[in-house]
Amino acid sequence: MQPANLFFLILALIFTAYVLGYFRSKALARPLGGVRHLKSLPGYYAVRAALWCGIPALIILVLWASFENQIIQMLVLGTLAPEIVPASPGEASLLMSQINNIASGALSSGSVDASLVNAAELLTNLRQNSNTYMTMLVLSIAVLAGFVGWYRIQPKLNAREQVEIILRWFFFSCAAVAIMTTVGIVFSVFFETVRFFGMVSFTDFFFGTSWSPQVALRADQVGSGGAFGMIPLFTGTLLISAIALLVAVPVGLFSAIYLSEYANKHVRSVVKPLLELLAGVPTVVYGFFAALTVAPFIANFAQTLGMNASSQSALAAGLVMGIMIIPFVSSLSDDVINAVPQSLRDGSLALGSTQSETMKKVIFPAALPGIMGGILLAASRAIGETMIVVMAAGLAANLTANPLQSVTTVTVQIVTLLIGDQEFDSPKTLAAFALGAMLFIVTLLLNVIALKIVRKYREQYD
Amino acid sequence: MIDPKKQAEIVHKSLKKRYRKEKRFRAYGILAITIALASLIVLFADIINKGHTGFLKTTITLDVEMNAETMYLEDPTDPDAVRMADFVEPLIQSLSEILPEATEEDRGKLRGLINPYASSQLRDELVANPDWMGTTQTITFLAHSNVDVYNKHKGNEAYSIKLSEEQQQYVDKLRDKGVIETSFNDVFFTSGDSRDPARAGVLGAIVGSLLVMFVTLVLSFPIGVAAAIYLEEFAPRNRITDFIEVNINNLAAVPSIIFGLLGLAVFINLFGMPRSVPFVGGLVLTLMTLPTIIISSRAAIKSVPPSIREAAEGVGASKMQVVLHHVLPLAMPGMLTGSIIGMAQALGETAPLLLIGMVAFIVEIPEGFFDAATVLPVQVFLWAGSPELAFIERASAAIMVLLAFLLSMNALAIWLRKRLERRW
Repeated sequence: MQPANLFFLILALIFTAYVLGYFRSKALARPLGGVRHLKSLPGYYAVRAALWCGIPALIILVLWASFENQIIQMLVLGTLAPEIVPASPGEASLLMSQINNIASGALSSGSVDASLVNAAELLTNLRQNSNTYMTMLVLSIAVLAGFVGWYRIQPKLNAREQVEIILRWFFFSCAAVAIMTTVGIVFSVFFETVRFFGMVSFTDFFFGTSWSPQVALRADQVGSGGAFGMIPLFTGTLLISAIALLVAVPVGLFSAIYLSEYANKHVRSVVKPLLELLAGVPTVVYGFFAALTVAPFIANFAQTLGMNASSQSALAAGLVMGIMIIPFVSSLSDDVINAVPQSLRDGSLALGSTQSETMKKVIFPAALPGIMGGILLAASRAIGETMIVVMAAGLAANLTANPLQSVTTVTVQIVTLLIGDQEFDSPKTLAAFALGAMLFIVTLLLNVIALKIVRKYREQYD
Repeated sequence: MIDPKKQAEIVHKSLKKRYRKEKRFRAYGILAITIALASLIVLFADIINKGHTGFLKTTITLDVEMNAETMYLEDPTDPDAVRMADFVEPLIQSLSEILPEATEEDRGKLRGLINPYASSQLRDELVANPDWMGTTQTITFLAHSNVDVYNKHKGNEAYSIKLSEEQQQYVDKLRDKGVIETSFNDVFFTSGDSRDPARAGVLGAIVGSLLVMFVTLVLSFPIGVAAAIYLEEFAPRNRITDFIEVNINNLAAVPSIIFGLLGLAVFINLFGMPRSVPFVGGLVLTLMTLPTIIISSRAAIKSVPPSIREAAEGVGASKMQVVLHHVLPLAMPGMLTGSIIGMAQALGETAPLLLIGMVAFIVEIPEGFFDAATVLPVQVFLWAGSPELAFIERASAAIMVLLAFLLSMNALAIWLRKRLERRW
């Protein structure tokens, strides 16, 4: 049976267990003189029976479905003659797909090695059997455990407490998904990164100034090694992020100042949501705007000034990214400016300073740490932003500070290296994970620092 | 001690300058807001300007003579004969009757006006109605995508370069005669991707997006709410809880592409799940939106006043009963609002889906969670990368569809908040 169908069957069983459990608890209560003589309400007995029925069966189903393929592959490859046993995981998957093709009849069995044909037969066999075993095992466990759960319903049993404990564990495991995600990121990204550094040296990666991750098809090809120096990518990322911040910080900050200190309620209620609209526009839309409108405009404009601009200039990507992060800067600054106590404002105004002097000399210094935190968050946004640069920045890894030239970024390279076919044993694919690890570390550091600053500052005035 | 009179004089003198500074400062603020709003307007105007024509299609209506001789077809019910028959010739003959000035040498130019798939449309219709053989039928075909853009952008050089001088004259003449017409582009909403811009549509991408969103919603909403309940109501103040909180806050700020790397390494490489399928896309987006949902759900739970809890506890409810029967229903509107906003973010997300292979060229409309599919933003990305203006136009139109979805989701969230929000 297909796992999906099996799943629905288990759901039906769970429902049956619920109904039967409900009626059993009612039946047990009747001779005692009603439901109030039970330790818990009938619904809790019913839920308990349903949980008994569902939890073990579903756990086994999930485990079986996720590890079935690996175990079958291991068994199939284990039967092969020792001389054709694959040495690397890449070869193993190649051989496996060959066996798969024989099993499905796409490859005629006459043209290949006899042991492969045997393996294909074994594969077909295992697959069918595995499915039967899984169905039988899961269903019998569901029925058996459901029966035990149903049978053990007693008037003195505190079903509510048991159900609540299980629910609590469920809540906890949901909260733990956050930890699992972080662990998953760390393991998946860093595991591949370690493998990458097994092929490319540390110094080449961190201090190399040339990036061309092409790996040769033949060993004797010119430049077969590929170059994995991340400096040009890092400077490209920094250049574009710097342009973005140059746009976003003044615009965002002054908007926040105007909205919090000068604008009346009416203007505020119109302008604020409009600014937030900028944050809600998908990044692919900004990328489209940058690549097809802003970049050609800048190239033409530079030409009329007699300058030479690339059609994929860093300036275009940076400007549009700046527009995208205006709302981050403005809403965070707005929050911290509003958090500055009114007494500071009143004191300054009472001494005769103008509103702008109050802003510049009193509120701004008081709000500065919070604003810095907001800017750091915006910077981490800019560094990790992908679609705008994928669409509007180039692929050539130029080491330049000229915003009219084309540069490439860390995120662009991750996407280009991983779109299409991947081989998890070539440095080309693994390089993307190494870049991802760097990106993760840098943005994490920025976020941690920013959150610390913001929090510390908030406590000061609370 | 300075003379107070003199002091007042100094202050008075500086006042003018200080007021000027004040005015300037204010002007900077207005300027900043103007820049921000202007870029918003330019962005939207540019997209509407580029894409509104994507909602229009150009059709050619021809009187096609089903002549057995010109089509080399005797019996349209015989599949072999149909395969060998010529379905282009009747179209060109019909066109050259309307355009008598086109000579034998201009046949290629005439052919360039009709959609390359028009002949298969004619074939399918004839096979469906074999009794048409020997008659003349009026059939509407799609125009070639070059004619389409030329027709919709009359007088714009950039859109006409793909047609020759003569072809442009033909199109003008055909339009004057009412043979070429412009109408609402239903093809755009009823078909999947195509190599031919005139036949490319967003339906496949919309269905893909809906499938991905469904998986994301079904997984992230219960998990997010449960996690928020645990953290707000049950979590003991200890290291593990602190660690979970730090984790959630940091995950909310991790670049989305990192989640793509996670999905690629764990779901596809380790668990062997298929590439390009909505199920894996939904899993990745679930992990990405969870922090948003958890954070907003916690805020919603926090806003339920303690008096409710105390009252429930006072009549003997257990902690779990307090939460499930009283706190959760009251916090639900806030949780729903937060989740809709999280889902809107997920709907616009592109980068992680590129890494798990949802960028493939897919013509079929996906039918299940394990069919290869693409999503709206990725479709925009694919079309935007094409050098053909007709595809750029469709990318803009697809952006408008995407923005319409996002706006309606956000409107729904605002409406929910207004409708269900309770002031304590």
